Amino acid sequence: MSDVRPTLVGVPVGLPVTRPRRDALLPALHEAHDAAGWLAPEVLDAIADRLGLGRAEVFGVASSYASFAFTPRSRRLRRVCTDVMCTAAGAVPPGADEPGVVASPCLGRCEQAPAVLDTEGGRAVVPVAPAPVPQPVSARTLLRRVGVVDPASLDDYRAHGGCAALAHAGRIGPAAVRAAITASGLTGRGGAAFPAGRKWEAVAAASGAPKYVVANADESEPGTFKDRVVLEHDPFAVVEAMTVAGYAVGAEVGYLYVRDEYPEAIARLEHAIAAAETAGLLGPDVAGLGVAFRIEVRRGAGAYVCGEETALFASIEGFRGEPRTKPPYPVDAGLFGRPTLVHNVETLANVLRILDPDGAAPETKLFSVSGAVDRPGCYEVPMGTTLAALLDLAGGVPVGRRLQAVLLGGAAGTFVPPGEIDVPLTVEATRAIGATVGSGAVFVCDDTTDLAAAVLGIATFFREESCGQCVPCRVGTVRQEEALHRLVHGRPLGSVAEEVQRLRDVGAAMRDASICGLGQFAWNAVEGAIDRFGVFGERS
Amino acid sequence: MTDGAGNPAPAPGATVTVTVDGRTVEVPDGATVLDACTAAGVDTPTLCFGDTITARNVCRICVVDVAGSRALVPSCSRRAEPGMEIGTDTPRVRHARRMVLELLASSVDLSLTDHVEEWSIRYGADPDRFGPDAATVAQPVKVDNDCFVRDYSRCILCYQCTDACGEQWQHTFAIAIAGRGFGATVSTEHDVTLPDSACVYCGNCIEVCPTDALMFRTEFDLRTMGAWAPERQTRTDTICAFCGVGCTLTLHVQRGATDDEGDRIVKVTSPHGSSVTGGNLCIKGRFGAGHVHS
Ligand SMILES: Cc1cc2nc3c(=O)[nH]c(=O)nc-3n(C[C@H](O)[C@H](O)[C@H](O)COP(=O)(O)O)c2cc1C
Ligand code: SF4
Ligand code: SF4
Ligand code: SF4
Ligand code: FES
Repeated sequence: MSDVRPTLVGVPVGLPVTRPRRDALLPALHEAHDAAGWLAPEVLDAIADRLGLGRAEVFGVASSYASFAFTPRSRRLRRVCTDVMCTAAGAVPPGADEPGVVASPCLGRCEQAPAVLDTEGGRAVVPVAPAPVPQPVSARTLLRRVGVVDPASLDDYRAHGGCAALAHAGRIGPAAVRAAITASGLTGRGGAAFPAGRKWEAVAAASGAPKYVVANADESEPGTFKDRVVLEHDPFAVVEAMTVAGYAVGAEVGYLYVRDEYPEAIARLEHAIAAAETAGLLGPDVAGLGVAFRIEVRRGAGAYVCGEETALFASIEGFRGEPRTKPPYPVDAGLFGRPTLVHNVETLANVLRILDPDGAAPETKLFSVSGAVDRPGCYEVPMGTTLAALLDLAGGVPVGRRLQAVLLGGAAGTFVPPGEIDVPLTVEATRAIGATVGSGAVFVCDDTTDLAAAVLGIATFFREESCGQCVPCRVGTVRQEEALHRLVHGRPLGSVAEEVQRLRDVGAAMRDASICGLGQFAWNAVEGAIDRFGVFGERS
Repeated sequence: MTDGAGNPAPAPGATVTVTVDGRTVEVPDGATVLDACTAAGVDTPTLCFGDTITARNVCRICVVDVAGSRALVPSCSRRAEPGMEIGTDTPRVRHARRMVLELLASSVDLSLTDHVEEWSIRYGADPDRFGPDAATVAQPVKVDNDCFVRDYSRCILCYQCTDACGEQWQHTFAIAIAGRGFGATVSTEHDVTLPDSACVYCGNCIEVCPTDALMFRTEFDLRTMGAWAPERQTRTDTICAFCGVGCTLTLHVQRGATDDEGDRIVKVTSPHGSSVTGGNLCIKGRFGAGHVHS
């Protein structure tokens, strides 16, 4: 597979270069960056010239990604997570005198907090960490193969029930597959909880062609690592689920967009795709079903906003990772302007559960539990399990400590007070208490966690991850961080009440008037911390 | 059939009926919510919206309340749909517009941007409330060629110049948005000077800039000398004589302060409604005339 992916830098000099597709840009930037450790001006210009793109455009795209360096840097790189979860666990930001060591937002390894990631030329240099799944296999459905199968072996995958859903789908046909997804009531696990079946039917019915299936493996919501567990330890499941989706909606091409900070996952997925091609499970005739399907892996480049579906499309297409206005919706005009089915990795894992020839197992939900618990990790619990029960599963807060708050749903989520942890972890029940399941991130704060510092950390995250397109978010996230900085350091501009009012005013505008969810939710956790925890001594 | 934004092509002759602040208005199919507001006699502030560039809806000052929509809706780009109930003066709308003004004016020099004062009064915007240490985009003016200057301290990132230079008109792609978040700017590759970039000095970016961040060198020099005098300026339309295309030029002529000083062309624009130019020119029309005098 890898040799048909477009790579421009690798084109031998002297060969005629036909005008390539613009979506070759991001892979070309990665290839050059991996080779040198940074992107020199003349390298960027050469890429632009070769792709027939404006040099300013290529610079504009490259400079929108945090992964790329524009001054000399070694190929060997250590990313140190300085996000909220790892800071609470004692992470120290790297000093300016440490070459090859950079600070990073959440690395999606919160169970290892404080987390680091070592790479060389973009590839991981330490073995994959063991799967952080503390529950016994008997308690797991979506995660039943994790830590059990050899992620590099298609035979082992088959021996553990793999490929059964695809075979079942082939027997019942695309319409029945879609009907099964709709009947299951499955909702998206990427945060918005939109009914999956409606998207499958809409893409199948859409008139544009070709159609695409996109797996959103950008998992960048701070505190979230459940998708990484599936990607790393059950990669064939992702390939199979995407194939079933392509078959059901009439798409022949799938894109698997994985965040740059998951190099082990990328390697395993690329291997799985190649193995599936060799076995005839991908290609011109998928498993003898008479339909074609292939999958291209695309590597993100350090941008949280690229998890937003339309920004993800823009990123794949070779544009800056900026969200697009909806409508039109992806099912009508998504990737390359074509009908597109985009799903989170966990949503896709559920497709295999629903199409199990032995009948669908009961619905479950994955949670990434980190912070002040005895056994941080990825947990799979029946839908409707309470937050309290989940915390118990994870061993509860360490002895001698007291629960202070749970940050539910990541940076875009909200802090839940100890008095409300009996809430069932469903969309409806969490909404009723003003919280959200979101990405399923559960960051547990005990009485030693500095909530005000955590809130400031969240504000810093949003300031750094705003794409900059719209005014409420581009400037609002800055004003929010400035005010929180003053409050945390005890130097309010005017009274504390005035600062809080300033935050409210900015927050309301971000929520109401931002283009995408990043700006719309950038004030959520801050508001909750002020209103329900009185972090700045202001309860109103 | 869809347009660039994926909307279905409007049905010719068909109309759409909506309400704006309770008043019923009928607009042609394909009209925007902004058009509907205008038809209802409501003045809507706009900043990033220009009449020659496809709306990017990034400034968010034109937002309105649409019944059934959780977030506010950018009126400049959303199509009017049958039965839409549009609120243009609700507390949420007023607040969002006030905050867009406060956020922009506290970070960008809007002193040459039209209507800002009037709107700031209308919406009660007080940009100073973020204090003297609020981050801004202030930076030195880029004066690197004889044709025009770039003062990105005035830039609201409306994306119009990059769209005019790129896909929508000029196809030169000399400038693009670079960086991200609050650090995003309009830039050439690696921030090289315009003479080192692909720029062909068509000046079509100046034409669309709503904030005067992009300014004719003549205007910039006159302003620097304190000699910029709009009250002595007149506009005359003429047809460019450089080639056979027949572009309409609008010559902006400033009369001399004294009889000795003489008149000079201080800038050249083209009517946005012109079917030949759509507001766009080339270096000869835009700057050639000026050079005759300088
Ligand atoms: C700022 C932002 C970041 C997002 N990041 C992710 C992400 O990392 N992974 C993901 O699956 N969805 C993410 N989403 C949600 C996607 O836009 C989209 O709703 C989702 O991929 C759809 O898949 P689902 O229906 O299976 O949930 C994000 C949304 C926003 C606004
Ligand atoms: S809300 Fe923020 S991230 Fe989203 S489009 Fe606007 S600036 Fe970009
Ligand atoms: S003058 Fe023309 S070519 Fe130069 S930056 Fe402006 S629009 Fe682009
Ligand atoms: S320079 Fe002017 S036209 Fe260009 S983005 Fe800034 S404000 Fe808009
Ligand atoms: S004028 Fe509509 S968003 Fe800027």
